[in-house]
Amino acid sequence: MPTTKVYVPRETTAVSVGAHEVALGIERHAQATGESVQIIRNGSWGASWLEPLVEVEVGGTRIAYGNVAPADVPTLFESGFLQGGEHPRRLGPTQGIPYLANQDRWSFLRCGAIDPGSVEDFKDHKGFTGFEKALAEGPEFVLEAVLKSGLRGRGGAAFPTGIKWRTVADAESDQKYITCNADEGDSGTFSDRILMEGDPMSLFEGMAIAGYAVGATKGYIYLRSEYPITYRILLEALDEVRDAGWLGRDIRGSGFDFDIDVHLGAGAYICGEETAMLESLEGKRGMIRYKPPLPAHEGLFGKPTVVNNVVTLASVPDIVNLGGEVYADYGVDQSKGTLAFQLAGNIKRGGLVEKAFGVTLRELIEDWGGGTASGRPVRAVQVGGPLGAYLTADQLDIPMDYEAFTAIGAIVGHGGIVVFDDTVDMAVQARFAMEFCAIESCGKCTPCRIGAVRGVEVIDRIVAGEDRELNLDLLAELCDTMEDASLCAMGGMTPFPVRSAVEHFPEDFGAGAGEERIHE
Amino acid sequence: MTAIPYSKDVASTIIAGHGARPEMLVQMLHEFIHHFEWIPEEAIRQLADELNLSRADVHGVVSFYHDFRTTPPGKRVIRICQAEACQAMGSAELVNHAESVLGMKMHESSEELTLEPVYCLGNCACSPSIMVDGDIFGRIDRQRFDEIVARREQRY
Ligand SMILES: Cc1cc2nc3c(=O)[nH]c(=O)nc-3n(C[C@H](O)[C@H](O)[C@H](O)COP(=O)(O)O)c2cc1C
Ligand code: SF4
Ligand code: FES
Repeated sequence: MPTTKVYVPRETTAVSVGAHEVALGIERHAQATGESVQIIRNGSWGASWLEPLVEVEVGGTRIAYGNVAPADVPTLFESGFLQGGEHPRRLGPTQGIPYLANQDRWSFLRCGAIDPGSVEDFKDHKGFTGFEKALAEGPEFVLEAVLKSGLRGRGGAAFPTGIKWRTVADAESDQKYITCNADEGDSGTFSDRILMEGDPMSLFEGMAIAGYAVGATKGYIYLRSEYPITYRILLEALDEVRDAGWLGRDIRGSGFDFDIDVHLGAGAYICGEETAMLESLEGKRGMIRYKPPLPAHEGLFGKPTVVNNVVTLASVPDIVNLGGEVYADYGVDQSKGTLAFQLAGNIKRGGLVEKAFGVTLRELIEDWGGGTASGRPVRAVQVGGPLGAYLTADQLDIPMDYEAFTAIGAIVGHGGIVVFDDTVDMAVQARFAMEFCAIESCGKCTPCRIGAVRGVEVIDRIVAGEDRELNLDLLAELCDTMEDASLCAMGGMTPFPVRSAVEHFPEDFGAGAGEERIHE
Repeated sequence: MTAIPYSKDVASTIIAGHGARPEMLVQMLHEFIHHFEWIPEEAIRQLADELNLSRADVHGVVSFYHDFRTTPPGKRVIRICQAEACQAMGSAELVNHAESVLGMKMHESSEELTLEPVYCLGNCACSPSIMVDGDIFGRIDRQRFDEIVARREQRY
């Protein structure tokens, strides 16, 4: 009897809703019935709402079964799912699922498709071809390609990657470093995780290319400790890649040395800020450093250092491979290429949508996301993590574009989109923004450390109806101070969600009640 | 869990495993947590001695990071995500439910159980999420919460 390939993701979200149990169930059932299956623990395609998404390879086509529960396993076998049989959970060919078919996959091309632990599978899907081309063409070629692509950092600040790399390449030093920021602390974001769990080798490839381009031989991945499955997958994949000779000394006889270590964060949001991350990588408290010097000049252990987000680095192999112009053909104006948007919170079809910039927020939330999970109207959307502004249901036609967002006082950030329905209390959200800042502040500067604590108190007084007008003025002043005088964006941008909540949703801050009191 | 009481020998082995390099302090502390579940005062003393750092330096690092607890946790650690995506899916009600069925408040700890918040597990497309003894669970409603807690109890 031929062996059938069955794919069950070993990806945090799939596992969080039962993928391990489903995989075990399929294995046991096949043993009992004497059917021969090979279970491949792939990454996620990103359609998280369908997890666990099980696929069966039938005649070279992968047939998907969505939301499979362990209890479905017996009936799946009875329906002949190993031959792609009919079943209420059957979705048809994976490639035909509209959520996936309508994306612009660049960085996430292999996610879901391959076995993340297999160098062979990675290579069968054009893995390491960007690196090979880089080694053949030389560092200048890489630097030019990245510059031409218009790629901007996907970690949040959107700084042009080509310029950053050029700065490090031009710096004179006996030692340089490539550091990958995998701290992914923003609520509503998980694209780094999905990439590292589904296609870790593309990240290693991107880091190696970066090292080659700027003259660095050592890379670090700074991974948040909240991602235990990711950690194991990264370590296993690193072993495979080293064994195959794609990392280490004299890689593929090129004379270029490069290796990567994975370091764990320890539950501090601020360590996602690049200088705090570098401090943490040095074994210290994650305190923000003054800039200048820039990390590109004096970074890890005082050496010139590239700091890039996971998705930034994973976008590079194909930029080198296909040319920067091809990447720059995607997107709009100054926002070139694609971004992996993440639909989260109160959304019917949550997951990852990689799309060229220019897609509107409404298209993402309605066409892909299917509206709220609760079925109630959308009331507020927070884009770009806990430091991002809250948008209203009237603002959804905005295109996803860094400059368009900046123009309305909002941010695209790392592409997280958190949807709230009409039961949300925006005063609670504004208060949380201040509270989160107070909890996670590194403590180096007063406007942030003290300001955030005051912010919570002032919002409490506003909500309680105490001297409403006076306290609203106080809150506005506090936000001004935090914005103007904070050392980093933690304190400097916490006012974004707070101000937007007050401005767009005054009724949640007792606007009606306040007026009544004035009339009395 | 497989925690062992603090052991100077195990600690020394961990430190030596990282070449006694001070820049590996955060990674060493993670291994301490892995073995001992918390960082007692004597660990701070030993780290300071063996890494040639001041105790204040080591203490400063330990206290900075949420992961490095300085009191022993309960046998089970339940962390409920309190970040925005989970808030949008009712994490506050989930906390109320958890507090009432477990008979303890957030941030409280007993010999049996520690209940604490966590800010995003990266599982935000299937909110609300919780972490129990290091494993992440998504799409948590009251019923699923009760089931997971009950299932986990059998381990001990
Ligand atoms: C408070 C704060 C948290 C941040 N968290 C992250 C993070 O988790 N991941 C990330 O890649 N960048 C994060 N950043 C942005 C980094 O400072 C930095 O800009 C980025 O890692 C650079 O890589 P990129 O150019 O590829 O985006 C954060 C910034 C701030 C101010
Ligand atoms: S703004 Fe906050 S987090 Fe940033 S340096 Fe100041 S205290 Fe630290
Ligand atoms: S906000 Fe709860 S898992 Fe991300």
